[in-house]
Amino acid sequence: MAGSSDLAASREETPFEHAIRLEHVEKFFGPIQALRDITLSIGKNEIVGLIGDNGAGKSTLIKVMTGVLAPSSGRIFVRDKEIDLADYSVRMAHDLSIETVYQDKSLADQQPLWRNFFVGRQITNRFGFIDVKREKEVAAEMLLTSIGFRGVGITVDSTVSQLSGGERQGIAIGRAMHYNADVIVLDEPTVALAVKEVRKVLDFIRRIKASGRACVYIEHNLAHVHEVADRLIVLDRGTVVAEIEPKDMTVADLTEYLIQLQQHTA
Amino acid sequence: MASSTPSIFRRIEALPIIIVFILLLALFMYLAPEVFLRPFIYTTFISTLPPLIFLALGLTFVIGAGEIDLCFPAIIAFSGFTFAILFKQYDLGWIAVIATLLAGSVIGFLNGVLVAKVGLPSFIATLATQFFWAGMATVLSGGKSYALRGVEKSSVYSVLVGTPFAKPGSYDWISQLSIQGLWTVLAVIFLWFILNRHRFGEHTLFIGDSNAVSRVVGIDVDWEKIKIFTLMGLLSALAALFLTLENKNFFGNQGEGYLLTAIASVLIGGTSIFGGRATIIGTVFGCFIIGMIEAGLVATGLTGAWVRTIEGIVFLVSIIFYFLIDEPQRRAAFFARIGMVRGFGRKRTAG
Ligand SMILES: Nc1ncnc2c1ncn2[C@@H]1O[C@H](COP(=O)(O)OP(=O)(O)OP(=O)(O)O)[C@@H](O)[C@H]1O
Ligand SMILES: [Mg+2]
Repeated sequence: MAGSSDLAASREETPFEHAIRLEHVEKFFGPIQALRDITLSIGKNEIVGLIGDNGAGKSTLIKVMTGVLAPSSGRIFVRDKEIDLADYSVRMAHDLSIETVYQDKSLADQQPLWRNFFVGRQITNRFGFIDVKREKEVAAEMLLTSIGFRGVGITVDSTVSQLSGGERQGIAIGRAMHYNADVIVLDEPTVALAVKEVRKVLDFIRRIKASGRACVYIEHNLAHVHEVADRLIVLDRGTVVAEIEPKDMTVADLTEYLIQLQQHTA
Repeated sequence: MASSTPSIFRRIEALPIIIVFILLLALFMYLAPEVFLRPFIYTTFISTLPPLIFLALGLTFVIGAGEIDLCFPAIIAFSGFTFAILFKQYDLGWIAVIATLLAGSVIGFLNGVLVAKVGLPSFIATLATQFFWAGMATVLSGGKSYALRGVEKSSVYSVLVGTPFAKPGSYDWISQLSIQGLWTVLAVIFLWFILNRHRFGEHTLFIGDSNAVSRVVGIDVDWEKIKIFTLMGLLSALAALFLTLENKNFFGNQGEGYLLTAIASVLIGGTSIFGGRATIIGTVFGCFIIGMIEAGLVATGLTGAWVRTIEGIVFLVSIIFYFLIDEPQRRAAFFARIGMVRGFGRKRTAG
């Protein structure tokens, strides 16, 4: 398996079928039910596209999946092992090699880029002091290869507030790429990006597939998901309403199908 | 990679405030040379400034995290009382010191729980607990003050606030150097490393930047906030110790004068009231400036009533300065508001 670290190699020892599985997951925000009875699984080497209307619950679903939000009820399995939901957190998801690019802000505006790359899992000595030199070196490397950067005037010491929307998106994706996780979750990663940069994101997703890993990809542009996903899950008002194999349908058919679906459920 | 050299103001931490400090010092040397060109005012600073600096160091973390603590004067009262009674009535020596630090930390911890777990805004939570603990201190002490006569013979006194170079019969400035200065310098260095080089400091600033972002990058926001308030409690208790020992006396409202001066020192130093940016060096110089104004204005013959007025002006000017220099967006907004719109020349729309 290309590019796997020692850690990833040791994880390979116990074989598993699903990278992530959710069973009967529900999420309430006060009286609002954002997710109802969600049962789905992400294969070990599968690219799953998650599509649906605005407010369908896609972002909420991946936040539950990645430890940001606790589900109101239901069960979550990672590599076929059940997670104790009382302990589940973003940090634990990181430890389980799940990496996420969130739709809303995930960079701190006033902090330098190098801190943004490493925050939450700093390179430290055993007393918790940060190895600034090392972090900056790695961050500089990441910056060079990051999507959406032309290398003008921005260094690892620049603060996030100095970046354009696309550059921010590029940094967030670059951070996810760097950690080389087994499961990569992307929530509308291409929104702020120019056409050429969108290509790079799609190439990145293909590389995830090629290297034997898994990806959950939320996207409103059907042509993009259709291009890279192995399977599409359609979410509507908090429930899974359809699963589609893109290879069975053209983008036009898919679009038509979704419009039909809306009319039926409306 | 193209490297743009950051301006000198960005490369040297807290440079603007250091310059202001030097200018102010020069001014006082000119206005009151008989005071400011002799060493005794500086040795006095070494024994009077530490409580302010300890408080301001703690507040640098609290404010850097986008929170505020108004409770610390009460922590000084309560932990100072703890020290006075255990030290004087029960003669517990170092155990009294430990109990004092513990009392401060516990109060800080409870503040942290109210803010992080109960979810109260820190302004409200610490305002309430300030009343509670100050009240407790008054009730328990019966409003009395405790004179710690003979305290200077104890090891607690000589280790914490003693004058190691003192010789009998000698009154030169070296003999008046207080060891408090050493503890303060060590605390400043240690906390500088914590804020700028430790995971905890990084988390503090990220939390100040945005709670939501901090959560998605995997920071345990609640727990870090509890730690920040606990640190504030511990540092307040240290301030109480230095204050009580230095005065050889405990009285219930000995912390009250610090509420505004400590907050002002932090903000004058350049820590952002909105959180996300904090500077230890700036805070220390902020304390120097506040301390110098208090001593200097009196020395130049102005009455004490002027001190607060001048402090207010310095405070205000420095806050405006940071608004305009450090934050381009705010600077633009500011000039737009006062009608000096440059660039697109958009008209202000009513409403
Ligand atoms: N923190 C929250 N508190 C209350 N309601 C929320 C919260 N987060 C999301 N919701 C609600 O849950 C529903 C699903 O939101 P979600 O962000 O998951 O939608 P989405 O499918 O990602 O939409 P989009 O395509 O616009 O990003 C919405 O009705 C939203 O208002
Ligand atoms: Mg969304």
